Amino acid sequence: MTADAALRRTPIYESHVRLGGRLVPFAGWEMPIQYSGIVDEHQAVRTACGLFDVSHMGELEMRGQYAGAVVDYLITNDASKLEVGQALYTCACNPKGTILDDLIVYRAGDERYLVVVNASNRDKMSEVFRKAAENHCEFEDLSDRTALMALQGPRAFDVLDRAGADAAKLRELKSFHFRDAIVANVRTTTARTGYTGEEGVEIFCATEDAAALWDRLLDLGKDIGLKPIGLGARDTLRLEARLSLYGNDIDETTNPIEAGLAWTVKMDKGDFVGRAALEKVKAEPLPRRLVGFEVTGRGIARHGYPLRDASGAEVGVCTSGSPGPTVGKNIGLGYLPSSMAAIGTKFFVDCRGKSVEAVVVKTPFYKAKKG
Amino acid sequence: MSEFPTNVKYTKDHEWAKTAGKEVTVGITRFAVEQLGDVTLVNFDVKEGDEVAEGKAFGTIESVKTLSDLYAPISGTVKRLNTELDKKPELVNEDCYGTGWMIVIEAKDAALPGLMDAAAYAAHVKASG
Repeated sequence: MTADAALRRTPIYESHVRLGGRLVPFAGWEMPIQYSGIVDEHQAVRTACGLFDVSHMGELEMRGQYAGAVVDYLITNDASKLEVGQALYTCACNPKGTILDDLIVYRAGDERYLVVVNASNRDKMSEVFRKAAENHCEFEDLSDRTALMALQGPRAFDVLDRAGADAAKLRELKSFHFRDAIVANVRTTTARTGYTGEEGVEIFCATEDAAALWDRLLDLGKDIGLKPIGLGARDTLRLEARLSLYGNDIDETTNPIEAGLAWTVKMDKGDFVGRAALEKVKAEPLPRRLVGFEVTGRGIARHGYPLRDASGAEVGVCTSGSPGPTVGKNIGLGYLPSSMAAIGTKFFVDCRGKSVEAVVVKTPFYKAKKG
Repeated sequence: MSEFPTNVKYTKDHEWAKTAGKEVTVGITRFAVEQLGDVTLVNFDVKEGDEVAEGKAFGTIESVKTLSDLYAPISGTVKRLNTELDKKPELVNEDCYGTGWMIVIEAKDAALPGLMDAAAYAAHVKASG
């Protein structure tokens, strides 16, 4: 992305500027990478709570008698079992069985589904769903009139308690469930989902209400440690929780099985795009797997660094890597041959020509304490 | 906001250099630190006694998000390295012009004519910001 390309701004842009956020280009958007600092923001989410603007993500709606069937044909998980008010995480694959996007499908009504896609895949996925809907169901891209923010962390619900009477109902939401709720006098759809490994919610509202809701929530949560969180800490939080990042850990060259997302592929449902290819992947030994690792030597693994065996041969690639502020170690994800994917296997990260020792470890690197 | 001490000189790559006799102490500027964010690793590619060349990398500095090269502002011999940064890279964030220094280079002529003074560097930062 060049500096002069026209970058899009979310409805919360003015607040980011006012809060001193450092704005960077991301997937065609001008987004805050940090406000007070990545580590400070990361710790705020782990110990109190944080607020994320994720309005750059795409929201697609499918409506009609066959909407469910069309959605189910496009995704690897099984949306036919969703109740109204329930959501699921899934991949959408191409016929080769590699990943077009990872997304969340919300069943908003008997014949109404909301699909939330990554910002970087917004145009591509909008086209995929629009085409599939042709002659079968109604399709609408709601992205431009929908804002999305995430409120995450152990104190997230304490902030909601101050934002109106609907907080009690939101506290009762189970994971991957959602409902309409008034939050700080704004009409929202609020879901118990997130991308941090912490408790919390993601809040959809109309574009024109977003800035006021954002400002109000920050105000309400200030004295309990609520902070605005940028993309930098979003990345370290999701990495510690071993949540995949599209474009890093998964893309159109990787399949869900090797990426550790086999649990999102349901072979006991009807046909879906990529099914035949994925059946073949499952029937054969996996050549490689996405593993989590700790860098035990002196170095930080970064996206794209080669992974080498003891002989120095290049055997894989790091897809994500950074210091893990909560785990206190330099961690990463990467593809390794299945023969080297066992926990405890030692290998080397090629940090710009320097061989740095690393070891395959169990993931997630971090798990929130319950209750 | 970045401040620009007047008792050091500056490179366009945001290192500072301070001369005392033949010795030049080098670190990175407050502006560079703010761009990097939380520093988590400082790696030296040279050891004491090695020769370094002006404009060539002598090490790397990594923050949570990114990696940057560290460039020598002058040619000479490495006299000291701040090995304290091995255990406490955060010193760079806390005191980049003091305890967060990185390297001392002994130079034949430590006058640093090619480097900027505080006013010129302030203009450079403004232009690159």
